[in-house]
Amino acid sequence: MYRFEYYRPTSVAEAVALLREKGEGGKILAGGTDLIPQMKERGRHPKYIVSLSLVKELRGISFDNGDGLKIGAGTLMAQVAEHPLINERFNVLAQGAELIGSLQTMNLATVGGNVCNAAPSADAVPAFIVMDSEVGIVGPGGSRTMPMWQVFEGPGRTALKPDEILTEVRVPTPTQNSAGVYIRHCPRKELDIAIAGVGVYLGLDSNNTISHARVCLASVAPVPLRATKTEEYLVGKQPSEAVYEQAGQIASGEARPITDMRGSAEFRHVLVKVLAIRCLRQAVDAIGVRTTR
Amino acid sequence: MAKQSFKLKVNGSEYEVYTEPNRPLLDVVREDLGLTGSKEGCGTGDCGACTMLLDGAPVTTCLVLVGEAENRDITTVEGIAKNGVLHPVQAAFVEFGALQCGFCIPGMIVSSVALLDRNPHPTEAEIRYGIAGNLCRCTGYTKIVEAIQAASSRM
Repeated sequence: MYRFEYYRPTSVAEAVALLREKGEGGKILAGGTDLIPQMKERGRHPKYIVSLSLVKELRGISFDNGDGLKIGAGTLMAQVAEHPLINERFNVLAQGAELIGSLQTMNLATVGGNVCNAAPSADAVPAFIVMDSEVGIVGPGGSRTMPMWQVFEGPGRTALKPDEILTEVRVPTPTQNSAGVYIRHCPRKELDIAIAGVGVYLGLDSNNTISHARVCLASVAPVPLRATKTEEYLVGKQPSEAVYEQAGQIASGEARPITDMRGSAEFRHVLVKVLAIRCLRQAVDAIGVRTTR
Repeated sequence: MAKQSFKLKVNGSEYEVYTEPNRPLLDVVREDLGLTGSKEGCGTGDCGACTMLLDGAPVTTCLVLVGEAENRDITTVEGIAKNGVLHPVQAAFVEFGALQCGFCIPGMIVSSVALLDRNPHPTEAEIRYGIAGNLCRCTGYTKIVEAIQAASSRM
């Protein structure tokens, strides 16, 4: 690995001050499971590294019915995947976190890292987006909040400024009669990157009509993509196979995939439709409502 | 980039190394501490040959900068046997012929021990999930799974 200056601040404020003082060409190190391979193999050579390993305030999971779930950006994917309350009430987040690499990777990789690397294939991100998550960002000028789906600007590019740090992900408490599902398609069962993924979160009202819908597509656009037309279509519908089929078709049309070594654009369009239909069916099943044929 | 001093706690012993901060923990443990059990396979966190326990959790140490492991409990394959007696997982690997070339085995042992620490009686599926991050190109995994099952029944 190329040489770099190595800093280990012990607070967010100290980290932000360092980034501001040292200027361009630095990189924040969280779990390192993306950054270190990039530095070893893909020609990424930061002048300096700001490690967050000693910033304790970035770690931890807390929940309050009113405020919802708060996950510190430095929290490990393994902790999200295993957390009893997340598994019980925010199940889709655990589903996403559990897909991130091997156990060894999940024991290093952080929530903030998965967001800030801004990979279109990031498996935890669609789950966070469909749960209407927000991120907390701290910079020299103070803190700000942003819906997670607006963070991404392109592969590896986010709306964060170079001297800003993503500190927290906040997830509102799910309503009654709601469920989230994330499904991806990979050539292998484990340790692979999605060719395409779909995340869905649905809420039903007392008449079993869809009152709330969020759909996010992975690996089929330069960013994790919210499928807003699909969401609009779903709201007000009664769950049925015909509705899933139509929603899958719309989602497929919203995808903007490329052809690469993992799969063709055409294949990805088909996958989005199939995965969206499965997600919708599973979400409605999980709420405990029978789908009309 | 100046050298820096790092305190490492490996297999219960404390070390101080004076080195460049751009080196992975794996390299420092092998080259500076002389603990060459852990191997470098891919160097990019895919193969698991470099697996060590960091505060009890398996991680790929080719991706961990030495400074990131400072003041944490590091366990390598050399720290698995106690007082010259093989861990039941190690004994079962020998008994079942769960290794051929042996290159993946230090990481495989560390992951297997971590699995049984968390879940003393795993199902076959749980065993396969527990070692999914450790690639073996020789055995086809069957003997490895059998060895872990045997170790689990004896612990």
